[in-house]
This record gives sequence, C-alpha cells and structure tokens, in this order.
Amino acid sequence: MSDLARLTIAEAREGLRSRRIGAAELTGSCLEAIAAAAPLNAFTHVSAERARDGAASAQARLDAGGAPDLCGVPLGIKDLFCVEGLPAQAASNILGGFVPSYESSVTARLWEQGAVCLGKLNMDEFAMGSSNESSAYGPAVSPWRRAGDAAPLTPGGSSGGSAAAVAADLCLGATGTDTGGSIRQPAALTGIVGVKPTYGRCSRWGIVAFASSLDQAGPMAKSVRDAAILLGAMAGHDPKDSTSANRPVPDFEAALVGDMRGKRIGIPSEYRVAGMPAEIEALWQRGAEMLRDAGAEIVDISLPRTKYALPAYYVIAPAEASSNLARYDGVRYGRRARIGARDGVTEMYERTRAEGFGKEVRRRVMIGAYVLSAGFYDAYYLRAQKVRTLIRQDFEAAFAAGIDAILTPATPSAAFGLGEVGDGDPVQMYLNDVFTVTVNLAGLPGASVPAGIDAAGLPLGLQVIGRPWDEAGMLDVAYALEKASGFAAKPEKWW
Amino acid sequence: MSIDAETARRVAHLARIEVTEADLAPLAAELSAILGFMEQLAEVDVSQVEPMTSVTPMPLPWREDAVTDGGYPERVLANAPDARDGFFTVPKVVE
Repeated sequence: MSDLARLTIAEAREGLRSRRIGAAELTGSCLEAIAAAAPLNAFTHVSAERARDGAASAQARLDAGGAPDLCGVPLGIKDLFCVEGLPAQAASNILGGFVPSYESSVTARLWEQGAVCLGKLNMDEFAMGSSNESSAYGPAVSPWRRAGDAAPLTPGGSSGGSAAAVAADLCLGATGTDTGGSIRQPAALTGIVGVKPTYGRCSRWGIVAFASSLDQAGPMAKSVRDAAILLGAMAGHDPKDSTSANRPVPDFEAALVGDMRGKRIGIPSEYRVAGMPAEIEALWQRGAEMLRDAGAEIVDISLPRTKYALPAYYVIAPAEASSNLARYDGVRYGRRARIGARDGVTEMYERTRAEGFGKEVRRRVMIGAYVLSAGFYDAYYLRAQKVRTLIRQDFEAAFAAGIDAILTPATPSAAFGLGEVGDGDPVQMYLNDVFTVTVNLAGLPGASVPAGIDAAGLPLGLQVIGRPWDEAGMLDVAYALEKASGFAAKPEKWW
Repeated sequence: MSIDAETARRVAHLARIEVTEADLAPLAAELSAILGFMEQLAEVDVSQVEPMTSVTPMPLPWREDAVTDGGYPERVLANAPDARDGFFTVPKVVE
C-alpha cells in the first residue's frame, strides 16, 4: 500500500502541482486505506467509482494549470451532508434508503474546486451524541488505543467517522458539523484539528438539520494549515440559507504566521471544572505558556454564566430538534412502519418514528416537545433563550475588554471506551460538551488543536475561541500552538 | 420537575412517537433526570434579559416573491415510501 494517503492537504497540493504525484494514485491510496480499515467503521458508504472519475477530471485540470488548492484532494463527507446520488441517512434508520437528488452547498463548493469524493462518514444519529454510539451503522472506532490495552475507544462524536478517518489517514481531510462540539470534541479525542466557524460562515443548505440556530459545518484535518485551506473552500455566502452571511471570505491560510506579539489571550477561570484530570489542567497551562513564549499577553478573564451553558443548550437544542425532526413522518422520504388495516395516519406517524429513531433521538425529540409545550414554554425554552443572551454577553464583554482569543481545554477528558459512559444516565454523556457548547450558543468560531498526549498515550486537545468572524485570527493562535507543541503523534496501526 | 407516566404518555404523543405501556415509567424517569439537570437555569436572574432570537445580528434577506425552483415532481417523489400517480399516499385520514 502506498503512503500517499498519509499526506497533508498542503503536501498533496504541492505534489500534485509539481507532478510528483498523480491524482489517480493519491485517490487510489485512500481507497486502499479505506478498504483495509473496516474495523474502524469510519466510512458508511464508499463511492470508489465516483472517486476515480473525480480524480481523472482533477488530473485534467491540474495538467491544464491554475487548478484550485483542493483539486485532486480526496475527502470524506459526514453522512449529514446531502451528496447527490449517494445515500444520506444521518446515521438514522428513519432515513434508510434515502438518496438525495440535490447537493449541499458546502459539498458543491468542494467538488467545484476539484476535491475528490471518497464517500460518506459515520456519525451519531442526527448528530446527537458525543461518542458515535448512537449511529444506526454501529459506532465508529478510534484508531487510537490506550498503551497496552486493546479495548476499543470512541473517536468522539458526533463527527466520529470523520475524526477516525482523518486520524487513521483514510482521507486527507473531512467535513464535519458542530452543534454543541461535534467537530471539536472528536478532533481533540483523535489528535487532529477541527474548526467550527462563526455561525453563518458556511451554508447549512443541504445539511440534515439538527438545531438550526446552533448547527455549523466545518473542516476536520491533519494540520491547522489544512483546516484553513478546507475552511476557505467550504465557506461563503449562499442565498439558499437565509442565515448565511454575505461577507467576504478571507484567505485563512495567509493568516497563519504564528507571531503572537500584541495578542491578548483570555484564560477563563470558569473552565476549571470539578473533577477535571490534572493532565488536562497541565496541558491548558502549557498551552498558555506556549502562547506567552510566542509573544502573547495572557489575561485571566471571567465568563460568569458558563455553568448555565450546558443546561441551556439541552433545552434549546432538543427544542429545535423536535421541530426539525417533525418532517420524518414516513410520508415523503425514508422508511414507513407497517400498520394494521384499522390503523390511521396518526398510528402510522407514531410507529414510524418509534421504529425509525434511535433511543437518544427519541429522548431529545420528546424533551424538545415538552419544553415547547403549553405551560412549560416560559419556564424552560424562553428562560433558556434568555440565559443564552447572557452567555453571549459574557463573551462580548471579554472581547470588548480587548481579548483577541480565548484558550480553554477542548474536552474534560481523553477518549473513553465504547460503552463506558452514559449508559444509564444520558446527562453523563452530555457533560462531554461542557467546554464547547458555549461557543455554539454565542455563535462564535472555535478550533480544537492537538497539543499533548496523556499518560495512556492518548491525544489531548486545546480549544481556541475567536471573535465573531475572526476565524483567521483564531487559526493563527491555533497555528502558534501547533508549532510550539510540535504535536506529531499518530495512532499505531492495529486495524 | 418530576414527570409521571401520564405526562410521559402525553409528551410521547405530542412528539408523535409510539411508546408501549411498559416503557412509560422508565421513560418518565429518564425525562425527569434530564429536566432535573435543567433546573439549574432557575437560579439565573433573567428578569431584565431579552431572549436571544437571532444568532448573528443581521437583517433577514428579502427577495422577489417569485418561483425560483421546482417543476420536477418525479425527483420530489423519488424517495417516498409510497407514491402513486404523482402523489404521496397516506392511510385514510377522514372517515
């Protein structure tokens, strides 16, 4: 097997343009790596023929000269994105057999630029989860293992297939989506870079909706530079998404300098949570030191309403999900339950949804229906929306005081074993999002960058939170961390 | 706020999700635990706070009220579990 699949996007770009490597050869290497990685369960659908055709067209463009950055670069796509002609199930049985006849705006941009579609990637059902265990396809498995222990670990969630595929070098980069941490948490748990852009930076059109005021698409990649290249390709105004921002997309890659002089980096005391492992605390301190060494001023800040972010999120996200998922009724697409001759349309809806949705999705849809129902709307939903205002105000105050970016841990722990968390108590699983949900509630950009290894040999990540629309500045901070930490660990191949 | 099996039945129906009689009590317990976690929100003074209804402060775009898409019923119906003669079909709705 060739090693081309191990390249970064930046390396492949250089190799393809200088003709040291061919697009067909590069795509072939990824397809081989995917075929040999079945135990990871990262890909749910491999589009080999389409990939080979795409590589051939990309090669023609490369030969003609002036091809875009992503021309010939093989990517994996989270199953939440509609790619015309490929199954899109959002990892749910209720969308069994669904094949979209349209293309999401984000993936359309990628294919226009010559990126090669390898296939669809595993995820938590409807992006609801932090471990990939709620997937109808069964969980994706992390390529990482604890030293001397073969127990299967989670690649995180919901974009767990994307994280596993990128970390295991099955593709050069992948798309993810992030509603409460679904790009950043899996990126942190698998030692890769994940970016959740400012709300409105990437079009949501053609992406299966979970919670529309929180969902954002973003890149998952092997380096900060690769994430910057991918984000630039995915971002931009789209009239088909009314919340998509009509503002120019900066050259994110050009912003990667790593000089932190004059930057003020905030360290929020509220992110020091009870029970946080000492290794995470130490990593966070080291991260601050790295940025200080690169010239930044480190400032202690307070985001006082942080502790209310998680409960507010778990009111708002299920409320929006219960509305969005009302469309899965067994009429227009997906599967329909069998009903008796005497049953009517209500029985058809109720049985279809009981059979088609998994446990966590059913739970969230019901919680959402409850917090929106007459008599409880004010106490739960409206109150959560007000708390959301306060959480955003916390960030606004910090930025108004001159903070350029905020540094926090990305996750409260390293990767856990499949089946280890939240079996009896869903709230335990929700706690995984404690450092990431604030960013979605406030609509800010956030990036997770690998920065260290724990005692068991597992990767740990740091999160950089940026000002609204300042992904460029945020990525530059991530780049400084990447350079200073020298993180280069890769999982040892066991699959 | 603790919810009982009867409330769980009502919520399941609101959500149009069939729940068997035997599953109602465990469901009520699960939902109660999650709602219990949300109780913390009651500690926050929100009396002077406007709810956040727009993530990014920007006006919603307007456009001509004109048809911009469509004209391909076969594509619209392509994924339907049961479509006949250009229509989605459902069990009988009216007696």
